[in-house]
Amino acid sequence: MEGWIFFLFNGIVYGLLLFMMSSGLTLIFSMMGVLNFAHASFYMLGAYFAYQISTITGFWPGLIVAPVLVGCIGALVERYFLRTVHRHGHVAELLFTFGLAMLIEEAVVLIWGRNPVPYTVPPDLDFALFQIGGMSYSAYKIFMMAVSITMFVFLYGVIARTRIGQIIQAALTHPETVGTLGHNVPRIFMLVFGAGTGLAGLAGVIGGNAFVTEPGMARALGTIVFVVIIVGGLGSLTGAFIASLLIGVIQTTAVAIDVSLTDIFATVGLDLRNVPLHELWSKRISDVAPILPYLFMVLILVLRPRGLLGTRDS
Amino acid sequence: MLQVRNLNAYYGKSHVIDGIDLDVEDGQIVSLMGRNGVGRSTTIKAIMGLVRANGSIRFGDRELLGLEPHQIAHCGIGYVPENRDIFPSLSVRNNLLLGVKSGSGKGRWSPEDAYELFPVLRERADTAAGFLSGGEQQMLAICRTLMGDPDLVMVDEPTEGLAPLMVTKVKELLLEIARRGASILLVEQKLTIAPEISERLYVMGHGRIVFAGTPAELEADHALRKEWMEV
Repeated sequence: MEGWIFFLFNGIVYGLLLFMMSSGLTLIFSMMGVLNFAHASFYMLGAYFAYQISTITGFWPGLIVAPVLVGCIGALVERYFLRTVHRHGHVAELLFTFGLAMLIEEAVVLIWGRNPVPYTVPPDLDFALFQIGGMSYSAYKIFMMAVSITMFVFLYGVIARTRIGQIIQAALTHPETVGTLGHNVPRIFMLVFGAGTGLAGLAGVIGGNAFVTEPGMARALGTIVFVVIIVGGLGSLTGAFIASLLIGVIQTTAVAIDVSLTDIFATVGLDLRNVPLHELWSKRISDVAPILPYLFMVLILVLRPRGLLGTRDS
Repeated sequence: MLQVRNLNAYYGKSHVIDGIDLDVEDGQIVSLMGRNGVGRSTTIKAIMGLVRANGSIRFGDRELLGLEPHQIAHCGIGYVPENRDIFPSLSVRNNLLLGVKSGSGKGRWSPEDAYELFPVLRERADTAAGFLSGGEQQMLAICRTLMGDPDLVMVDEPTEGLAPLMVTKVKELLLEIARRGASILLVEQKLTIAPEISERLYVMGHGRIVFAGTPAELEADHALRKEWMEV
């Protein structure tokens, strides 16, 4: 039983990290109509910047500096590239963000090489905070959880309580009208893009050392983040939150389920060992864990094409 | 005050506005009329910077063509779109507050004025604006634009689909705007309130101005009304 709590905890930490990425992606999508394929690349940049900073000053300054740097790069990309490409329509935008993702990946390889870099958990947090069922739980994971939750409370405060937050909410549905009321909508777009990519950068800072910092990390996480926003419903922040936690928990707990369908059916007296596709049924759930999010996405798309809470088709 | 000269606009290859000249003087109520699809809405969208156009649009001593919508708003032009476009998830009060331009001082209008004129907006101040009726949303949309203290208010089809009582309220609001010294450019398809409150009227047909004159002159010109206005 305690093992379950352990995996549930891991799932929540991972889910919150996913939400840090998917919230920015879905906000950018609903406001500007841009599906940013390079979003996970900013996550990777966050991790590499934090690694570079940590080699000079240690972990802590990077926690602030790296996301801010990444956010600035994001804002510049919006201001000087995406805005120009935007005039040529959505296909041009998609191609641009796709190209940007490859460009960032190659640049990372060029600077830091193909192998993982030794970006590690800071020694101050590298200890077991408590034990559950004989397994010790790392203080860093709890720190990740705290950073994510603090960030979301802050963001929620900004969006719900401040004037700029009101303008952003209005621009989500009626950007043109917001402009005619005298608000500089292009600048708001730049800010939102900068904030969204900065959040992805922060996720990279706290996730890069918990997992692995290597050039393939953007591609690996990028697909999962897309699954999250599709399952949650394009353009829905609440949907993205629910989907992030669901997929985080599904993926991490499935790894822990060391049984197969054959075993499960055997407990109720059904023998699947000789039926067709018996090799498939005998796969352990932990082995198929990586494909479960995709399976989940396909199911959602069939049953609820707009996602859990989505309101739009495109 | 507003001086439009030889304005042209295109949607793809079709020439939707074909060399329009149009003037609105200080404190005047001017209406732009004509059947659906003749380019009335496109004309005011072009003035607001929402549609690409060429020619000349002068407001006071500034050329507006080429400016962004938010810059045009800061020049003193207000725009109330045809579909009202209130922000449905925000409260009525916050809708009004978003009409206030950043960095501008106290103007002719405050949220308090809107509440005085339309008590229902005060009653619903904390309700999400999406829950208002069509007529109430229209009032909110106009009041929201007024919070920015425009010198010229362009209103697209404000009476469309409203009950007679609401139409009267819209008319009174427009007259009150003019009394406080702002000009109005009103777009209307039917002759609902435009002839009663306008000093000058323009009628458009096929992207051109086919009539410019006073309401009495339009009333007298049966042939023109038959050709360009009656459905």
